[in-house]
Amino acid sequence: MTDEVLIKVSHLQKSFNGTRNVLEDISIDICRGEKIVIIGPSGCGKSTFLRCLNMLETPTGGSITFEGTVLTDPKTDLDRCRQKMGMVFQHFNLFPHLTIMQNLTLAPVTLNLKSEEEAQKIALELLRRVGLEDKADKYPSTCSGGQKQRIAIVRSLAMNPDVMLFDEPTSALDPEMVGEVLSVMKDLAKAGMTMAVVTHEMGFAREVADRILFIHGGVIEEEGTPEDIFDHPKSPRLKQFLNAVL
Amino acid sequence: MFQSIYDTMIAGQRYVLIFQGLGVTLLIAICAIIIGTILGCILALMKISDNRLLKGIGTLYTTVLRGLPLATQLMIFYFVVFAPLHLPKLIVAILAYGLNSGAYCTEIFRAGIQGVDIGQTEAGRSLGLSKRQTLFKIILPQAVKAVLPTYTSEFIVLIKETSVASFIAVMDMTKAGDMIRNATYNAWIPLLTCAIIYLILTLGLTKVFDIFEKRMARSDR
Repeated sequence: MTDEVLIKVSHLQKSFNGTRNVLEDISIDICRGEKIVIIGPSGCGKSTFLRCLNMLETPTGGSITFEGTVLTDPKTDLDRCRQKMGMVFQHFNLFPHLTIMQNLTLAPVTLNLKSEEEAQKIALELLRRVGLEDKADKYPSTCSGGQKQRIAIVRSLAMNPDVMLFDEPTSALDPEMVGEVLSVMKDLAKAGMTMAVVTHEMGFAREVADRILFIHGGVIEEEGTPEDIFDHPKSPRLKQFLNAVL
Repeated sequence: MFQSIYDTMIAGQRYVLIFQGLGVTLLIAICAIIIGTILGCILALMKISDNRLLKGIGTLYTTVLRGLPLATQLMIFYFVVFAPLHLPKLIVAILAYGLNSGAYCTEIFRAGIQGVDIGQTEAGRSLGLSKRQTLFKIILPQAVKAVLPTYTSEFIVLIKETSVASFIAVMDMTKAGDMIRNATYNAWIPLLTCAIIYLILTLGLTKVFDIFEKRMARSDR
């Protein structure tokens, strides 16, 4: 982890249809190599916050800067910035009409970042890293949930991103498959990737996070190291939340 | 039995009329589905675009063309819209059926595109693909598969509806059968012949598209 700020969020606001504010006012700097875990009760806005970071949701106020580029500026070439921001979804969202190999090579080849052969070589290497190289020529429908999520992770990695966003990556998995996905994420963390993870896996949060954000009612209610959050929680809402999930 | 078949269909070479009519029916149906498919692709893309004007044009088109009975439309095209151009009846029929089928194809394609899970778009965009690249590389290939059964039935409906072309005196197969009925006072044999041919056409077509569908379902296994 360095002191270089990779993503700067200031006074982020988001409301849907101009009614209730899902995000009230969120400011945070994420440094290169930092692992942020975002926790909070359902409906608190943690997924919305994460989806704002790569502009899948358009914020209604505030600004987001990524590697010096202001994402919230309408003139920004978002597609270009998103190439460097991988995202992993709760429901995997693999492309069912393409083989696993094609899932991994589609973006790099379509965007002319790599040649077909080059992309395939990298894809195989990535699949080997998560133990799924034998699946390369199969379709996603032949994979288990855990396998799909591991493939979704390496599909993002194939773009060689500077940050990885995880939106509840294990919430749609059968319990026995959670471990295999978390272990891939832990390896990624060890390798120095900048990560922002929305999750309910408190064990993972404690083990991997440099900093934990507890979001409640659209604001960061409390933030700190895993020790601060889990062992010395201050806000009564955080205490209540931890009582409910631990 | 055989005598009456001979008398109605073979004598006077009246079966030739049926084959000519079949030719016209197929010509109209095939040309119209081509026009309709192209039109449907364009209009469906217009309807899902963010541009209000394009969206409005698409909606207006499908509302009007799907809201009027086909026979009425056919006569409006023949006696009003294309009247100043003095086009041959067959061409007018092809255009009218094509324009009409375009409206149905639009709705079929639009529903197919919008039926693809939003997560697919999000995954594509989050990888840095543009809206267009996501549409063509990720959404459309999946939409095509989903759309095939309804598209088949649109083609089948089209073949059957060509029988209305006689409203503007185009001699399609139904009209040919009807002419034989008039000439021979035998309704059974010419109309049954037409019915059997229509069935063979629609069944054959269903089979062909079934094969396509099976082939495309490979990734589901």
